Amino acid sequence: MKFQLKNIVAVLIMALALISCSDNDDSATVNELDGLTKFQEMTNTTHTIELYSHTGVLVQGYNEVKLRIKDNVTNQYIKNATVSWMPVMHMAMMNHSCPNSEVEKITTEGTLYEGYIMFQMAQNDTEYWDLKIDYSIDGVDYTTTSVIDVPASAKRTVNTFTGTDGVKYLVAYAEPHHPSVALNDMVVGVWKMQDMMTFPVVDGYTLKIDPRMPSMGNHSSPNNVHATQTSTGELYNGKLSLTMTGYWKINLQLAKPDGTIVKGEEITDTVTASSIFFEIEF
Amino acid sequence: MKKLVVFFLSLSFGFTFSQETDSLKIKELKEVIVVGTKSQLHEKQSKTLASVDEFLQKSTKVDLIKRGAYAWEPIINGMTTERTVITIDGMRIFGACTDKMDPVTSYVEVSNLSEATISSGQQGTCHGNTIGGAINLKRSQGKFADKGWDFALNSGFETNNKQKIIGSSINFADSLFYIDTDVMFRDAENYKAGNNQEISFSQFRKLNLSTISGFRFSNNKIIEASIIYDKATDVGYPALPMDVSLAEALITSLKFDYKPISNRIDNWETKLYYNTITHTMDDTKRPNVPIHMDMPGWSDTYGIYSKVNGRLNKHDYMVNLNGFYNRSVAEMTMYPSDPNENLMFMYTWPDVQTIYSGIYLEDNWLINCHSNLKFTISLGMHSNNVASDFGMQSLQIFYPELEASKSRFLKSISTNYSYDKNGLQFGGGFGYGERAPSVSEGYGFYLFNSFDNFDYIGNPNLKNEQSLEANVFFGFKNSKWQAKITTAYFHINNYIIGIPDLSVAPMTIGANGIKIYTALDHATIWSNDLIFNYFIHDNWTWKGQFLYNIGRDNKNEGLPFMSPFNYLTSITFNQLKWDAEIILKGNTAQTEYNTFYGEDRTPDYAVINCNLGYKFNFEKTKIKLNTGVENVFDSNYTTYTDWKNLPRMGRNIFINLMFQF
Repeated sequence: MKFQLKNIVAVLIMALALISCSDNDDSATVNELDGLTKFQEMTNTTHTIELYSHTGVLVQGYNEVKLRIKDNVTNQYIKNATVSWMPVMHMAMMNHSCPNSEVEKITTEGTLYEGYIMFQMAQNDTEYWDLKIDYSIDGVDYTTTSVIDVPASAKRTVNTFTGTDGVKYLVAYAEPHHPSVALNDMVVGVWKMQDMMTFPVVDGYTLKIDPRMPSMGNHSSPNNVHATQTSTGELYNGKLSLTMTGYWKINLQLAKPDGTIVKGEEITDTVTASSIFFEIEF
Repeated sequence: MKKLVVFFLSLSFGFTFSQETDSLKIKELKEVIVVGTKSQLHEKQSKTLASVDEFLQKSTKVDLIKRGAYAWEPIINGMTTERTVITIDGMRIFGACTDKMDPVTSYVEVSNLSEATISSGQQGTCHGNTIGGAINLKRSQGKFADKGWDFALNSGFETNNKQKIIGSSINFADSLFYIDTDVMFRDAENYKAGNNQEISFSQFRKLNLSTISGFRFSNNKIIEASIIYDKATDVGYPALPMDVSLAEALITSLKFDYKPISNRIDNWETKLYYNTITHTMDDTKRPNVPIHMDMPGWSDTYGIYSKVNGRLNKHDYMVNLNGFYNRSVAEMTMYPSDPNENLMFMYTWPDVQTIYSGIYLEDNWLINCHSNLKFTISLGMHSNNVASDFGMQSLQIFYPELEASKSRFLKSISTNYSYDKNGLQFGGGFGYGERAPSVSEGYGFYLFNSFDNFDYIGNPNLKNEQSLEANVFFGFKNSKWQAKITTAYFHINNYIIGIPDLSVAPMTIGANGIKIYTALDHATIWSNDLIFNYFIHDNWTWKGQFLYNIGRDNKNEGLPFMSPFNYLTSITFNQLKWDAEIILKGNTAQTEYNTFYGEDRTPDYAVINCNLGYKFNFEKTKIKLNTGVENVFDSNYTTYTDWKNLPRMGRNIFINLMFQF
């Protein structure tokens, strides 16, 4: 009978615990490198540029990249630089760039600069990416270039295609980094190729999403919200509903502001997948 | 032949009209069914080792939804588990299966029980909030008497599904102490419906162990401990897409009983209890499943009640303070055919913790020697808390504003009058009661219901279901006749039922769609029954019972699981050593069905059962032998309670043998 009494005591304790959940939120000084891992250093005679990402690697697709610039002499991090970058793919017959953002300082006090780069293709044995970083400090310009490692992603996170309007589009999955069984905040990017080196954000479109589980009768999920832009030049935001863990195929349709679909198919009983899609597995 | 199915079987139907004890005693409007292997010698059981479900089926108020040969779900006045309260000696227990494959009654055995008390509607609120009514299963317990040791051996066999039953009990009692221990084991293969149609996946195996022990440490103080352990394995559910590999329960309690020397308080009983259930659904034995899945569920309940009974002048009163904490968790893991793919996982019950505390008051006023008036009132605080963040986020897909905790205040009040003089009885009453949504109704996540082939989603925003109820009975008896007609009418506001949501696609492969638990503005249920006994001769009795329920939703369409006109009639022969019975039972075609809730028309049926019993005493040894034939004409039939028209068992010959020494 001790057993039962013990359990009753356990109930009481649980009840108490329910009432008295307390949080200690004494926030220590914020470490700006929290959650970031350095994946590369680029060095010239004057400075060393440290490159960071959440995963500690770059990969084909959308990459949030953070960097900081260290003075090789003083070992101090530069807080007042103006930075820009240019990723370039070196192919056998040609070179081209990829969609990428401006590089901006995160906080005035901090040392980190950030932006994104969306590698639409991975490196291979003969073709590689390099990253050129131009920066100026107190009116003096500097530059450095290094080869970077961009392996293929395991799941499809980028679609490059020519729309029905003849424009070459690129769409990429950015977030959630860690999908969960929930209504996830989704971030995607939509760009077009203006020329080999220029990939501006496409404004005002809608990226329609239809997540499906092909391994389980291709069922969908409820209450998804198609990705749209809140302001021009920005990435697109939507809601991605995932009702269980596992492999999800997010079927896509890219629609112009007037509703015309430039690429992608609606999922029906006979059409089980769209020609453009993202994949996630968790 | 097809329509008139017939059957011989064996349930000896011990209807108790109102209890016939001394006339100064309060008349309780409860039906008591004697269950169990330990019934006294004067009680005739035509099938002593029948399942608890078969015993419950004797009540006109109770029917059972059958998904297979095992673990039938009791319904009271046509209302299923959510609207009823089933307790074991006042203890709350909650099944751990999201598909209701493990009603509370499936975790006990006839060897654990002595009787089942069935209360209709608000008369059943003593142990919890109910709409349809309550069943309290009374634990068998020893008595403080200098009886010493006694032993019993039970064994049975049923031909249809080769069910083997074996059990034994060892009991000891003296004036200060008693201990009863029981074991019972059942093992059954697939049963065969009429015309030799084998029903695959209808096998089961069940082991039940129990101990109850009491100690009297003073004249008026008793402490009693009880443990029931029940384990069912390899249970098939032919009407469902999954079976059960394990259903295991541990049900424990510790009771203090105090009889103060007072003329105001008769008895003060306090009980602490704990029960834990593990239920594992499994489809690994099923051929051609679209996707394999595991669906385990757990339910743990801790509770306490303290109940005082007494008498003040002409008032019999009862006060019951009670509370429980329950934690229900269920998961689903699906296995993709590509083994390199991640498993698909979700919480189908997101660790829902329920805390209830309430008070129940009852006053039974003996107006005079032939009439009394009963009042009951029950007030309780009920709160749910979703403890799993994972599960919480899952539900927020549907309800972005969902908060983890929700509290409700539940009220119930009822009054009943009854009159009994010169063989004439009548009475009636009114009640109002509320209930909180069940865990599935509030928080279920993609629960597949094979009855209507929909995936169900819970709705945490449901209001309390509220029932307004009126009931009337009328009966008479003389030396030859006993008859009683009862009718109960329920008007239920915020009636909770699944309603299709076309905007959401189902998850289960092949499902028709999604239903969200929704409160209909109202629904009504009208339940009617008539029972009679005619004493033909000293040893011969003719019995009959008739039942008809009507349920209507707010559009005046039918509600599911309402009994069509249902009849049972039997002739019993009863003598000191011998008893025999022949029973005809059936129902007319179910015309009041509603396809919207997954029902279809069930044709009429009739079956005949017959049974024979013999008792033999030799010095201290008692032998009871029961045998009978159920469904004598081997009809292939199904009833309105059979899940997806699962055919019932065909001809079955049983033999039950008990030794007591």
